[in-house]
Amino acid sequence: MSVLVYTESEQGAFKKIAFEVASYAKAVANQLGTTVTAVTINADNTNELSNYGVDKVLSIVHSQLDSFNAKSYAEAIQQAAEKEGAKVIVVSASANSKYMSPFLAVGLQAGYVSNVVAAPTSLSPFVIKRSAFTNKAFELTQINTEIKIIGISSNSFGLVENKSDATKEAFSPTLSENTIKVESVDKATDKVTIADADIVVSGGRGLKGPENWGMIEELANILGAATACSKPVSDLGWRPHSEHVGQTGKPVASNLYIAIGISGAIQHLAGINASKVKVVINTDPEAPFFKAADYGVVGDAFEVVPTLIEKLKAFKAQQ
Amino acid sequence: MKILVCISHVPDTTSKINFTENNTKFDTNGVQFVINPNDEFGLTRAMWFKEKQGANVTVVNVGGPETEPTLRKALAIGADAAIRINTPATDGFSVAKQLAKVVEDGDFDLVITGRESIDYNGGMVPGMIAGLTNMNFVNKCIGLEINGGIAQAVREIDGGKETVSTTLPLVVAGQKGLVEESDLRIPNMRGIMMARQKPLTITEPIESKVHTTSVSYEKPAPKGAVKLVASDNLDELIDLLHTEAKVI
Ligand SMILES: Cc1cc2nc3c(=O)[nH]c(=O)nc-3n(C[C@H](O)[C@H](O)[C@H](O)COP(=O)(O)OP(=O)(O)OC[C@H]3O[C@@H](n4cnc5c(N)ncnc54)[C@H](O)[C@@H]3O)c2cc1C
Ligand SMILES: Nc1ncnc2c1ncn2[C@@H]1O[C@H](COP(=O)(O)O)[C@@H](O)[C@H]1O
Repeated sequence: MSVLVYTESEQGAFKKIAFEVASYAKAVANQLGTTVTAVTINADNTNELSNYGVDKVLSIVHSQLDSFNAKSYAEAIQQAAEKEGAKVIVVSASANSKYMSPFLAVGLQAGYVSNVVAAPTSLSPFVIKRSAFTNKAFELTQINTEIKIIGISSNSFGLVENKSDATKEAFSPTLSENTIKVESVDKATDKVTIADADIVVSGGRGLKGPENWGMIEELANILGAATACSKPVSDLGWRPHSEHVGQTGKPVASNLYIAIGISGAIQHLAGINASKVKVVINTDPEAPFFKAADYGVVGDAFEVVPTLIEKLKAFKAQQ
Repeated sequence: MKILVCISHVPDTTSKINFTENNTKFDTNGVQFVINPNDEFGLTRAMWFKEKQGANVTVVNVGGPETEPTLRKALAIGADAAIRINTPATDGFSVAKQLAKVVEDGDFDLVITGRESIDYNGGMVPGMIAGLTNMNFVNKCIGLEINGGIAQAVREIDGGKETVSTTLPLVVAGQKGLVEESDLRIPNMRGIMMARQKPLTITEPIESKVHTTSVSYEKPAPKGAVKLVASDNLDELIDLLHTEAKVI
């Protein structure tokens, strides 16, 4: 009856969101008066989960799960859930979890709610708060099924430390044949990805041309941030499409979003306003982005950003 | 090849989002509804398969009579036939259940959906259709070629992309990239005239469980005013981000 949480890893190492979903699962388990069981797939150092309130680890090690496959991952987690008799399952909003969870929901005949931003507001009926209308509103959603799958939005709950003493058990699921074959993967490994980043530094058309991105990258480097851009910037070929954020690009739910030379059009904001803190640097005090921002600097990016870089370097050196 | 394109009918992004009946209903007053942007990319790709490979394209929506203009628009863009399942779209599961029935009855080889709808942003219908019909599934699809029952698809992954191969029947959830934005089609006069002659079939829903129900809506708390920092005082910005916002 424990709360089951799928704690994701990549090449054996847990992703940060694994600890966030575990923190969330612990909060729900406390509400329900039960324990937390984490399912891991080919993860190495499962002890780390004991920092976030996990009581038991079901450790799956399987060569068919070396590279991600939605159906096989769903089968593995479904079998773990059945074995534990879990009624509440917590997953993240990563691309992989969003790919897999609808299969899991069908397999377990479970109600699945994605983009959840807070712990359940009521347990009976089971009601949960999720974001909707591209973050322009929240919906309180009731889950009617016996088994419930909660997909939480990144950085919405945060990490909550809770020391526990997790026991570990090996678990070996039965998997059907994989019908989707990965031919090739094209992924920059040396860069922070927008999905994983705590901080995103984003540039718009106000930066005038691709040759001016050096300062954006430098700022991102100092902050350990991912770089992003507005849609026209990728359409003009100044930056790769993978950096395009907004309603038609990648969604951003970082802790800090720094927008430089971006006007703040509604389609841009729709994709980034799940970010916690927004900083805007723009020459135009009337730019709509200032209405959506927490902090703002009215000024020329070509002056503000280099100064900010110098000052941040000094700040980081002191830390 | 028989293609089914699932179209959701959503408020245009620039719409004001308001609620009525004590915050339990979305206020459609003055809201313009459009083909879900992610579905537009899929529909355009379907047109390509129709023109280059002779595919037959059906569009489908689960919804009330108010969604018919959206389906007519898809017919005007070039789909051959439309189906409306006459029931309000309540939750992802029940919608997927209706669509799975259409897929099975129509013997479709390829089902094209969008990665998510921009109203409820569930992102669950496509995977559920695949789960219910036991079809192969590629999410966040940004490239698709099909030859002799074999599909080559590119999907977006965190930090990059991945090329996969699989077989039909297949469900893909598309997004920008599946076709270029400049290739998106808008209906022309001829298309609009022709659409009037094309079949739009209304089908009654099958029995389905509703897994989740909407209780009420809330708007985010009004944002406090932006704190402006002078451009010659960036130390203050760093201090605010460090001590007040605690993000650096
Ligand atoms: C269906 C649809 C979907 C869309 N989806 C997206 C999306 O996903 N993402 C997205 O970003 N857009 C999207 N758009 C486009 C969006 O409407 C805007 O056109 C776009 O976001 C504007 O990009 P921008 O802010 O970089 O450029 P602009 O609007 O040109 O703004 C540039 C800004 O830079 C400022 N500036 C100029 N010089 C300087 C300087 N030296 N220093 C500092 N600031 C300076 C200007 O004051 C201005 O505010 C979409 C549009 C449509 C119709
Ligand atoms: N009511 C509906 N009718 C037809 N297709 C739908 C409907 N709702 C969702 N879809 C399809 O499923 C995709 C993802 O929607 P969602 O799971 O609601 O985010 C959409 O882009 C559509 O292709």
